[in-house]
Amino acid sequence: MYWDLFMMFIRVGLVSFGGGYAVIPIIQHEVTEKGWLTSAEFQQTVALAGMAPGSIATNAATLIGYRTAGYIGAAVSTAGMILPSLVVIVILSALFYRIHDNSWVKSSLYGLRPVTTGLIIYAAIHFGYPTEDTGLSWVWIATLLISGVCLFLLLKYKLHPLLILTVAGAAGIILF
Amino acid sequence: MRDGKVEGSIKNLNEQFMLLIQLFWTFFRIGPSTFGGGYAMLPIIEREVVHKKKWMQEDEIGELISLAGSAPGGVGVNAAAMIGHRQAGIMGAVSAVIGVTCPTFLIVILISVFAILFRNQPKVEAALNGMNGGIIALISMAAYRTARYSILDTTTAIAAIVTVAVLLFAGIHPLYLIISGLICGMAVIRIKNRLGLQVKMEKKSGTGSYPELEYYI
Repeated sequence: MYWDLFMMFIRVGLVSFGGGYAVIPIIQHEVTEKGWLTSAEFQQTVALAGMAPGSIATNAATLIGYRTAGYIGAAVSTAGMILPSLVVIVILSALFYRIHDNSWVKSSLYGLRPVTTGLIIYAAIHFGYPTEDTGLSWVWIATLLISGVCLFLLLKYKLHPLLILTVAGAAGIILF
Repeated sequence: MRDGKVEGSIKNLNEQFMLLIQLFWTFFRIGPSTFGGGYAMLPIIEREVVHKKKWMQEDEIGELISLAGSAPGGVGVNAAAMIGHRQAGIMGAVSAVIGVTCPTFLIVILISVFAILFRNQPKVEAALNGMNGGIIALISMAAYRTARYSILDTTTAIAAIVTVAVLLFAGIHPLYLIISGLICGMAVIRIKNRLGLQVKMEKKSGTGSYPELEYYI
């Protein structure tokens, strides 16, 4: 079990270009395929991961590890998520000046970045989908309503993410 | 550029150990100071590393950050690893990364213990459902901000749209999309250059030394 978690997050960590939100669909794909969490449980996990400081991807790894295999699960998942970055960075910084202006690197990033953007857009759409828990119901409509208001607050007043989540949580208590 | 490893071998062991502790402690304090991680950490890292500790020059950190943003993983963790490596080799990278990760790890564990304790409270359930809406907003914001620096022309716009469509309707593993993105990027640039077309491969940010991503990545 620990080994499975570790290897899964090693895989995820290795392709976590763009960090954070772009990794959410990848983690979700892996976790639901293995049957560790349902779609709704996964969404709750990400909501909690957003509450803590630090990268949302690493936080999600910690939470998923903890939910599936306790403290050691949390530790191995986090380690798995971070290890590829560490190795890649050590290699990269050894080659720093040789690789920085390399045209192959630049052109691969040219193709990689829009895919990352697509992954994030997909994550947003997926979180807005009705799940098996909510269905096309009042809860689902209210959730979209909350997200619309939050997006407005983010764009207009540039509120802090933690504040946004607090507002959204309070709205949830009132509405549901 | 100083070489951490060569310098490390000259220093005595005690000094080396103190440097590792310093790296750990510096990043331990930076770790929890920002929510949403990543780019919000960068000004704080710069203040600590350039101005207080004088581990790096101001012009070096911009290049370092752009590289940290391109490598896999969170930009905060990557920046910690790079600075640690520059200062004290592989051990330095390891202690900086452990430092930056530890506080958030402990906070996340605490949150999940509480979440499990209060899971069946209807109010907690309702708050979590509400927060789901907040998360949708945060992710949309991240998508918008990422799109602004990654969608440079028609080709990149099509790539992003195709990615979303494939994820929605084909259900294949996102990993394959990432790999095809890498390969297509290299191929498209080569073809366009062959055809004599100019391709803008990066967007230079007009304001400040950081890309305008702030704390959403």
